[in-house]
Amino acid sequence: MPVMNMVQALNLALREEMERDDRVVVLGEDVGRRGGVFLVTEGLIDLFGEERVIDTPLTELGIVGFSIGLALYGLRPVAEIQFIDFVYEAFDQIYSNMARIRFRSGGMYTVPMVLRSPCCGGIKGGMHHSQSPESFFIHSTGLYVMMPSGPYDAKGMLKTAIRLDDPVIFLEPKSIYRVIKEEVPEEDYTIDLGKGKVVREGGDVTVVTWGAMVHLANQAADFIKEKLGVELEIIDLRTLYPYDKDLIIESLEKTGRLIIVHEAPKILGLGAEISAYIAEEHVDLLYGPIIRVTGYDTPFPLAHEKLYMPNVARIYNAVKRSLEF
Amino acid sequence: MRSIDRKSLEKALETYRVLDEDGNLVGEEPSISDSTLVKMFEYMVRARVLDEWLLKLQRLGKVAIHAPNKGQEAIVGAVMPLRPEDWVFPSYRDLGVYLVRGMSEEEILDRALYNEDDPLKGSDFAIYGNRKYNMVPTPVPVGNQIPHAVGVAYAMKYRGEDLVTMVMFGDGATSRGDFHAGLNFAGVYRVPVIFVCENNGWAISVPFERQTRSPSIAFRGLAYGVDSIRVDGNDVLAMYTVAKQAIERARKDKEPYLIEMLTYRLGSHTTADDPSRYRSEEEVREMMRYEPLKRFKRYLVDKGLITESEADELYRRYSSYVEEAAKKALNKSPLPRDIFFYNVYSTLPWNLKMQLEEFREAIKTIEEFGLEVD
Repeated sequence: MPVMNMVQALNLALREEMERDDRVVVLGEDVGRRGGVFLVTEGLIDLFGEERVIDTPLTELGIVGFSIGLALYGLRPVAEIQFIDFVYEAFDQIYSNMARIRFRSGGMYTVPMVLRSPCCGGIKGGMHHSQSPESFFIHSTGLYVMMPSGPYDAKGMLKTAIRLDDPVIFLEPKSIYRVIKEEVPEEDYTIDLGKGKVVREGGDVTVVTWGAMVHLANQAADFIKEKLGVELEIIDLRTLYPYDKDLIIESLEKTGRLIIVHEAPKILGLGAEISAYIAEEHVDLLYGPIIRVTGYDTPFPLAHEKLYMPNVARIYNAVKRSLEF
Repeated sequence: MRSIDRKSLEKALETYRVLDEDGNLVGEEPSISDSTLVKMFEYMVRARVLDEWLLKLQRLGKVAIHAPNKGQEAIVGAVMPLRPEDWVFPSYRDLGVYLVRGMSEEEILDRALYNEDDPLKGSDFAIYGNRKYNMVPTPVPVGNQIPHAVGVAYAMKYRGEDLVTMVMFGDGATSRGDFHAGLNFAGVYRVPVIFVCENNGWAISVPFERQTRSPSIAFRGLAYGVDSIRVDGNDVLAMYTVAKQAIERARKDKEPYLIEMLTYRLGSHTTADDPSRYRSEEEVREMMRYEPLKRFKRYLVDKGLITESEADELYRRYSSYVEEAAKKALNKSPLPRDIFFYNVYSTLPWNLKMQLEEFREAIKTIEEFGLEVD
């Protein structure tokens, strides 16, 4: 089985889906000749031509609005937003249309499109190449939201996203585009929407996270095991909406302690929703407070980004606080 | 409603020039003082030298990212006729603009390295600006600043001041809603704003002809009732002449103007880009013939305002000047570690105060265990 990074796995997913289904088209800024700025669409234009791999003018509003039209007429567009930080021009199209057409039409029309985009920090990208806006999309109601943490999942999840009849926001943590390598099957497989995964078993504290933070949590778990003799159980949500509540509950039945780690700011981040849900429905499972380790409630900075983002020290402090309660 | 006459259509479709690529006069010679001409050349040389140094510092891993400027230095001609009190909204590929507005090489390097003296306090990369020079830092999503400039121009008119606003953006930005909204407002309200579209032929990998089917950007300006002209943007004399007229008219008659600066991006989009994937080296070599410094130097030499060796000396002088400035900037301390908590709001709301406490605890843990972060 070939070993791939996430960029190669995503590229393979797109290639296989385009071969399988001629309704699948790819579009966005620089996705054609340039192969995308991160090369996720590299080579597709040579295989499928410029009518199916479309270099667009520079407008996110145009890309999303146009994709909605393609999808309404039965195509399966996979639109790339070059950096998710540039998506805001398209927000009216996303919020008022991509997420609303099924509802507005009483279920007569659907928008089976995928909007994929590099997201998140850790590459010294500054304010507008580092943000984690998953909450905006979840809060929009009408969109599925996914974020893989490695090449194997990335391929299976993107295929699922393309085949779903509802619109999907597919966020790709760019800091791990090339650093994580895994065996990726060259045959067809999918990963179900709404299914998380326990990536590390442990009995003391549950850590719910996603994207690049899965790897940080793992690193923190090693450190915490060494310093405190405590075992973390790490859940990679993979699908951020609808998230795998059962997997969290199952883990909490064992640990009774919950820490949520995400890069997005704390206020109204997905961690806030998960905390509220557990507090409302499963407070009996908890031995102590739910603790969130997140980006601070400031714009993502260029200076000292690793101090702004969750880091091993912050997870260590959170685990200590959780255990001391 | 404004009608469009044949003359304005011609201005929007043809390319206004003063010098050809060899520095020969092909248009009417503007009357510009000798000292201004020499100053103009100096700004262009300084922009070229600084661009080379920022590229070098990026390759050394000191600067996060840089958007190469080479080939677009004639933008200095557009800014020089402004007054210091006028406002400028530059784009992110505008070293010449920053220099003309009064930023020093030192300040630009402090910014690029986001050290303790960074005036923008480590907020974002590859952007410049400073209230001191009435120059607002560029938003990275391209073209966002276009309607801002129109608003500022409206406010200037509203206050009865004889000031103008100038805004720079690229050809790619003209596909975004910000451009269309900005141009439309400027046309409807008739405000003293000068739009400078630096059409350098490429929006990363997308060539101009795939960006729009309009014959020119100036043509699109006309559609909004904004007088517009296409200019050879590698001809600094043409840029200066056109901008001076536009600025004077905006000041006096409160009329907007669009200048399409037809130029060429000789370098990559940014240091993270690889143009060999989408354009040929032959094209770039061919376009080198048209670059703005060479032809302007020829003009100045022919006019007896500078000699070849003086021009070389100028380049050398600024190179060693920037080298020294870079050494100094590299030796400065980083910004304080908690810098990003400030300047979000005028004061810290309670949640940020709590988070600042958590941040300090994290720093203690980092120090206690000697953890590597940052």
